[in-house]
Amino acid sequence: MSEILLRAEGITKRYGGILACDGVNIELRAGETHAVIGPNGAGKTTLLAQLGGEITPDVGRIHLGERDVTGLRAPERAALGLGRSFQITSVFREFTALQNVALAVQAHDGHSFRFWRKARTDAALVEPARAMLDRLGLAGRAAVPAALLSHGEQRQLELAMALATKPRVLLLDEPMAGMGASDSERMTRLLTTLKRESALLLVEHDMDAVFALADRITVMTYGRVIATGTPAEIRANQTVRDAYLGTDEAA
Amino acid sequence: MERVATFFVLVALAAVPVLTAIFDAPFYLDLFGRVMIYAIAALSLNLVMGYGGMVSFGHAAFLGLGGYAVGILAKEGIDSGFVQWPLAVGSCALFAFLTGLVVLRTSGAYFIMITLAFAQMLFFLFTSLAEYGGDDGLTIWTRSEFSGLIDLNDGASFYYLVFVLLLLCLGISARLVDSRFGMVLRGAKANERRMRAIGFPTFRYKLAAYTISGAMCGLAGALLANQAEFVGPSVLHWSRSGEILVMVVLGGMGGVAGPVLGAAAYLLLSYFLADLTKHWAIIMGPLLILVVLYARGGLLGLLGGRRAKADSP
Amino acid sequence: MTALLLIEQTLNGLQLGVMLFLMAAGLTLVFGIMNMINLAHGSLYMVGAYCAALFLEWTGSFVLAALLALPATLLVGLVVEIVVLRTLYERDHLDQVLATFGLILFFNEAVHLVGGAEALYLDLPTFLKGQVEIIPGSPYPLYRLVVIAVGLAVALGLYLLVTRTRTGMLIRAGASNRAMLSALGVNVRLLFTAVFGLGAMLAGLGGVMAGPTVSVQSGMGENVLILAFVVIVIGGIGSIRGAFVAALLIGLIDTMGRAFMADIMGLVMSHAAAQTAGPTVASMLIYLLMAGVLFFRPQGLFPPRGR
Repeated sequence: MSEILLRAEGITKRYGGILACDGVNIELRAGETHAVIGPNGAGKTTLLAQLGGEITPDVGRIHLGERDVTGLRAPERAALGLGRSFQITSVFREFTALQNVALAVQAHDGHSFRFWRKARTDAALVEPARAMLDRLGLAGRAAVPAALLSHGEQRQLELAMALATKPRVLLLDEPMAGMGASDSERMTRLLTTLKRESALLLVEHDMDAVFALADRITVMTYGRVIATGTPAEIRANQTVRDAYLGTDEAA
Repeated sequence: MERVATFFVLVALAAVPVLTAIFDAPFYLDLFGRVMIYAIAALSLNLVMGYGGMVSFGHAAFLGLGGYAVGILAKEGIDSGFVQWPLAVGSCALFAFLTGLVVLRTSGAYFIMITLAFAQMLFFLFTSLAEYGGDDGLTIWTRSEFSGLIDLNDGASFYYLVFVLLLLCLGISARLVDSRFGMVLRGAKANERRMRAIGFPTFRYKLAAYTISGAMCGLAGALLANQAEFVGPSVLHWSRSGEILVMVVLGGMGGVAGPVLGAAAYLLLSYFLADLTKHWAIIMGPLLILVVLYARGGLLGLLGGRRAKADSP
Repeated sequence: MTALLLIEQTLNGLQLGVMLFLMAAGLTLVFGIMNMINLAHGSLYMVGAYCAALFLEWTGSFVLAALLALPATLLVGLVVEIVVLRTLYERDHLDQVLATFGLILFFNEAVHLVGGAEALYLDLPTFLKGQVEIIPGSPYPLYRLVVIAVGLAVALGLYLLVTRTRTGMLIRAGASNRAMLSALGVNVRLLFTAVFGLGAMLAGLGGVMAGPTVSVQSGMGENVLILAFVVIVIGGIGSIRGAFVAALLIGLIDTMGRAFMADIMGLVMSHAAAQTAGPTVASMLIYLLMAGVLFFRPQGLFPPRGR
């Protein structure tokens, strides 16, 4: 079995009377695409936020590689090779596409206590950023302010920013959200090509995409993991069919 | 457009001493000197507010602290500007750093109220210092000495020194906001959560910006004290913080030079209104409300025909 | 002797505390529900005091003047809400700060026009002027006790309003989840106006009650306003309970600090040094307390749930 890059053990998060995550175990191996699915309110986004370091679990540990990162905040985890995209597109709307990606490059190019040189003409930032845009098919849109990009392009830009940080592990929160069929298909193809460099953990509602992409799938309901397995295993799992998939396939 | 306007304003400012000498109107030398000093203060606020999204309602604290550094040293017999000014700037940087550790843990309305409260703390602190004038403030008998290099008692010399320092602060601001550091600041204003997720520990950058801003405003304070030959609690009254804020917004946040235009507009407007009636504030208040409700881009926005934006590329 | 002084200063502290609460309650409600930061709240305090002073001149009766001043302040508050503030609820905090700063400039000058350049004084009627012996041999001004009693009664009334009535239920719901209000079919605009009016009246009451103990003049509400900010920041913005606890805490600490700091510091340093440093430290005490609380609890002592 290949190396485990990200591992959560028994993480639990309570908001008032609600258990958003209840003893969740999940692991992500090198070269793997691992999808987390479940109905709304199953705790998927809370899980990602804990893995990303935005919120700290009440109980449980999180390991990134060999390292225990439970107590580290988001920027420190990012520095250790954890990338992240958000459910609600969160590109910097006033910056151009190129500046958006350059900023992500900058985040991993040493400290930013550099007060004098212009960032906009800094080859160390701009060149890798241009290459990344090129790769995602956004090269022609480099000078366009992010706010003026189409929704699909913004989602691609979001991914470009996450990739520009050269993550070993990439957490994706609904990368297909709000996309039409063709955009969504293009994104699926794109994600397939990423496998070689990053392990992907994605939360997604688009079941076609999930079953096309994932090597393994974890199913959550009410803050708990009810099953983990290959797509075939998950399809065949009776508990999952009863709780979740069954209704979907019937529809 | 912004560049053109800035250029003309700077040229006009440079010509002021010549004009006041010709028309023998030294008062205007004083007025425009004050405009430039407040422009430096407004520049410093714009750095954190326009680019970093940190709405400080306590920048008068730095103005006062910088002024008191000069005043207290002068009272103790240390007249050298080489000692006074670095200490003024340094103590403001230190105060900004220490209070920044607390205020930057919060955001939004909390940030506004806490910066206001810390400034009020300094206000009461200096009011309680009976040794240094207490309520009445402190007269500064001699302007800072620069061992013969420049004589601040000469109106035009002082004016041009302020002018050069304003240019310097403008230059520093312009470089800063386009540097890597500036990009972090602007990113944090737009979406701090995202910045943290791509790996920027934003707190330390905001703290650095707040410290730089405090230091720059401290310089304005030292200049103001020298110009007025006086420093008192009124310099750090909370309404002063409000005025600096108004200057920044009036000029239009985001453009580097907006605060200069704003400081000029606000001070000249209140000067002419005060000439009109002693109840000038009754006009200024509603005017301000109208600007907020209907002309949020400020002067830069009007010039450019658009709403000025801090993070427009 | 010291015990006596202690009791006296405790009462003074309580008086400042309830005064701060009257200001802070309105501020924290307006903030909690409308997400609005209102610098002009101190102006309403001033308007209350001015109204009381002017009505006293006309009617000659303190009680009547006080009773008239409250609806007058309410009226001013409602006009301000409808003309200016209402448009600001959806704006960012910077806009709110600037516009309400403009309001302060306006009000500070307007009272000059109405009340003259000189400070006004509110004379107490004879029946409120007396002294009470709380402890035999130590007289304490009756009026101060009345202020404390009224303040505590208002606090109790607010508590009952917020916890026991339907309006109070809506206010609490609004403070933790604004979107829910309109989902419930509540007339949000009316609720906002009502809440603002309530806050205005409380600030006015504070001004009226402070009137006889200070001089009524332009800008009189500003220091109280900033202290009230400290109160709601420490208490947790949007929390009435937090505002009450923090207001009393601040009132007591500030008063005690000013009364005893020099003596306390005298224990560890020379008398002369303590006499100079004491007042300085005392003047900064509550701000340092605020810094300390925020360092460990950036959301204040009683953050409202769901925010």
